[in-house]
Amino acid sequence: MSLPEKGNPPSIPDSVKASADNVSAEVFSLSASVAEMEAMAKKLRRHIITMIGKAGSGHPGGSLSSVEILTALYFKVMRHKPSDHQWADRDRFILSKGHAAPLLYATLAECGYLPVAELATLRQMDSRLQGHTDRTITPGVEMSAGALGQGLSFGLGAALAGRLNGQDYRVYVLLGDGECDEGQVWEAAMASTHFKIDSLVAIVDNNGQQIDGWNRDVMNLDPFPGKWRAFGWEVIEVDGHDLTQLIQAFGEAEKVKGQPTVIIAHTIKGKGVSFMENNPDFHGKAPNAIEVEIALKELE
Amino acid sequence: METAVSVREAYGRTLLELGMENPDIVVLDADLSRSTMTRFFARQFPERFFDCGIAEQNMVGVAAGLAASGKIPFASTFAVFVPGRCFDQVRMSIAQPQLNVKLVTSHGGISVGEDGTSHQSIEDLALIGSLPGFNVIVPADAIETVQAVKAAAESYGPFYIRLCRPKVAPVFGEDYRFKLGKAATMRQGGDATIIAIGLMVKEALEAAQNLEREGIYCRVLNMSTLKPIDEAAIIKAAAETGAIVTAEEHLEHGGLGSAVARMVSQNQPVPMVLVALKDTYAKSGKPAELLERYGLTAKDIEQGVRSAIKRK
Ligand SMILES: Cc1ncc(C[n+]2csc(CCOP(=O)(O)OP(=O)(O)O)c2C)c(N)n1
Repeated sequence: MSLPEKGNPPSIPDSVKASADNVSAEVFSLSASVAEMEAMAKKLRRHIITMIGKAGSGHPGGSLSSVEILTALYFKVMRHKPSDHQWADRDRFILSKGHAAPLLYATLAECGYLPVAELATLRQMDSRLQGHTDRTITPGVEMSAGALGQGLSFGLGAALAGRLNGQDYRVYVLLGDGECDEGQVWEAAMASTHFKIDSLVAIVDNNGQQIDGWNRDVMNLDPFPGKWRAFGWEVIEVDGHDLTQLIQAFGEAEKVKGQPTVIIAHTIKGKGVSFMENNPDFHGKAPNAIEVEIALKELE
Repeated sequence: METAVSVREAYGRTLLELGMENPDIVVLDADLSRSTMTRFFARQFPERFFDCGIAEQNMVGVAAGLAASGKIPFASTFAVFVPGRCFDQVRMSIAQPQLNVKLVTSHGGISVGEDGTSHQSIEDLALIGSLPGFNVIVPADAIETVQAVKAAAESYGPFYIRLCRPKVAPVFGEDYRFKLGKAATMRQGGDATIIAIGLMVKEALEAAQNLEREGIYCRVLNMSTLKPIDEAAIIKAAAETGAIVTAEEHLEHGGLGSAVARMVSQNQPVPMVLVALKDTYAKSGKPAELLERYGLTAKDIEQGVRSAIKRK
């Protein structure tokens, strides 16, 4: 099997190409334009709303806030092959904030790892799309998650293995800002610098909220960029809904040598749906049928 | 059937009541006060409420420090995170020094449902039950929850109280009196004994009722205090009914069934069947679907009783 270089569109399995509702093939390309990616972001948001609405439970807020981050990674930045999710040289994406699973599933489906039609099975009995990510059953899911705070350690391990093997893949770990309350995140941050690993990039979805309210009221993280710097990380801050800024930041991170990079992405929880934006009620609550309808209209 | 009541809300309201009576009651949470319902207390007594953020290990340590200085801390989160995530903190900071910390967790068992494997606590009773001196309670309904929480507040020492996510139909009347370390006899019978905890008490009662139609009369014990367990009630049940079935929303390793088997095998060996999860993790699904798939329903208990009796 020939290995695609960065910049080549990964091949899409025939089974998925044939699926009638998979209209993503023409959009999905690693040379996608920003406009195409913006359209994809909107599509992913619609999937998130439809999936969680149908499931009747799930976490819309933190899925919607990370949409552009995953769009940039999966449709531009990462080297990966939907036809072979275990390809040894793939760049790794690790969803540490496992409750954003619907976004990851939608992205994987639009890339061709899963049939888009399968998204409708989210959280149902015997579905491959579990409430929180499960690496044992979902193709493309690198790590089982759900208990917060563990992904950066896992990402460091994956990056260390790459270095030992002489592989050049990169590892991207998506964290929530609330998740950074966990001590383990900082243990991993310290260790990553100690081991001088530069293939590891942490992205923090800095939407300012957790469950009990705003981060600053529940557990203040300030000075947040300063903490990462003190732990020896290169820090890049971007508007997490601006694809151009995100793509540029990932490019800059690749140039950083001898230390890990964190991209602090300033985002809005519930982004794209007016009544979910900055509304803690939609952290872990499904929209009802009427709310689904309104949300989808807003995302047309 | 009587309408189901939230055990979590019962906990939240009881905390509020305790807070009004006793200024030494303090409450900690780890960014889940909406789910554990500690927020009733938080609103009324903000100065005695400490949201530790998503940092459970720290919360356990802070609770231990508060207890060592005379406070009565109630610390809450999901059962997967305490004791799961902080086992050593619970062990060294609370169990070994026998500090007066009350860990009350919600979302125990697989009835958590759609959130899936990572959120389903099926090992917590084994972990916490292994710690010397820990009192462990799994209430069967909201009425028992209120009383268990009050009993924990009144008795010195470490407590673990495990609550579930779904609302549960009451199995007790308002006149019920919870006694720490004492099983409650829910039903008399001489052919076998069903010993259950939590959600499974309701299933046990249903099973006993169904079996009666076949002429099998079961004693039903609610063993809400898993530790210290009511040894006398277990030995008596073994001696008088000659067969025991246990039922719990937990792995069969280290939970209720294991504890009962320990008593029975050493004192009054009789055939036993453990209705529990069999060395497996569950997945996403509706609570009722999961309980059925993983063999935790009245039907499974009935099956267990028939097979235990056959081996008498
Ligand atoms: C260890 C752990 N503690 C608690 C939870 C419950 N929980 C799920 S999501 C969440 C809030 C997460 O906030 P954040 O990381 O900021 O995510 P976002 O706002 O992006 O959804 C909490 C407390 C958990 N999943 N894991």
